[in-house]
Amino acid sequence: MPTTASPPGAMAGTSRRSGTLYIGDPGMWSWVAHRITGVLTFFFLFVHVLDTALVRVSPSAYNAVIETYKTPLVALLEVGLVGAVLYHALNGIRVMLVDFWSKGPKYQRPMLWSLIGVWVVVMVPGTFFLLQHTVTELFGGN
Amino acid sequence: MTAVMDNTAPTSAEIPAPDGSVTVTVKILRFNPEVDSEPHWESYDVPALPTDRVLNLLINIKGYVDGTLSFRRSCAHGICGSDAMQINGINRLACKVLVKDLLAKKGKPTTISVAPIKGLPVMKDLYVDMEPFFEAFRAVKPFLITYGNEPTNERIQSPADRERFDDTTKCILCACCTTSCPVFWSDGSYFGPAAIVNAHRFIFDSRDEGAEERLDILNDAEGVWRCRTTFNCTDACPRGIQVTKAIQEVKRALLFKRV
Repeated sequence: MPTTASPPGAMAGTSRRSGTLYIGDPGMWSWVAHRITGVLTFFFLFVHVLDTALVRVSPSAYNAVIETYKTPLVALLEVGLVGAVLYHALNGIRVMLVDFWSKGPKYQRPMLWSLIGVWVVVMVPGTFFLLQHTVTELFGGN
Repeated sequence: MTAVMDNTAPTSAEIPAPDGSVTVTVKILRFNPEVDSEPHWESYDVPALPTDRVLNLLINIKGYVDGTLSFRRSCAHGICGSDAMQINGINRLACKVLVKDLLAKKGKPTTISVAPIKGLPVMKDLYVDMEPFFEAFRAVKPFLITYGNEPTNERIQSPADRERFDDTTKCILCACCTTSCPVFWSDGSYFGPAAIVNAHRFIFDSRDEGAEERLDILNDAEGVWRCRTTFNCTDACPRGIQVTKAIQEVKRALLFKRV
């Protein structure tokens, strides 16, 4: 019972669209997160270079712009930035080990789980202290 | 095999349901180029034994419910590599996936989704055009290349030298790895993991003298450097080949000029 099929070479009636979500290896999702955190960090650096360059325009303009950053929203973005940079850095080390260490591909998943562990261990107290500072400064704790 | 009339609703009642079978829903991404402009999902409730393979369910659907269902399969024992498909979102050989490993916990209804492998043109249902895949395979010269006079007896190789490329000899060219690769999905001109695995098999063979040519080919913009080490290929390989490891070895051979 051979399977029926269109004749080979009849490319007119083919479809490349599949629209299925591929449940890839954790390594695929670490790569997706690496891309996203990389782009986010790039946008931060772009804005950061622009606002720091303002000090050359005039110190008062610089001060005026920096003043607008003193909001809870920017404090949350700051936490996000620390998280993005930290993930990107740790996963960058993992990717380099996969590239240059002969046992890297074998241990890629344990390395991913441990980098996520380090990320959580750093981010939990980090978020606490960053936001504590925000609360005391913005809402006048002491 | 009885032909199913177009005006009758497909029925799975004719599929024999042996003792101990449970009803599972098989959701198949179907595409008929003569009728459809886009693929669409169709569901079939079929009886399945826990010891059945997904391939058995597809053969039953084709035999009893809808004879137009198209898919490849040949040996049905995980050797020929014909029936690679996306089963529950992961590339697998339908003949190597058991129903018992897909059953939902505690008697909840089970749905098994089956879609064609991604990144190759779908010609009908689960049947894709493999030509771009084999084109990349042929491009890496997957055969022994030697220069000079042939030896009068065998080409001798030590067990240690044989071990060097043992893993990559296992490839059955099913395309599970290549069609699990996000780089291949977005840009079909990438050689893909399978071609690199088969190049690795000869590059690291001490009897072969074509390593330089193959490394030149893989140094191309569409070669090994497109690999982003997502490990989908290693996860998908039904033969357990450490595909990403092989690709990394080829990259390092290019970087350090050492085979």
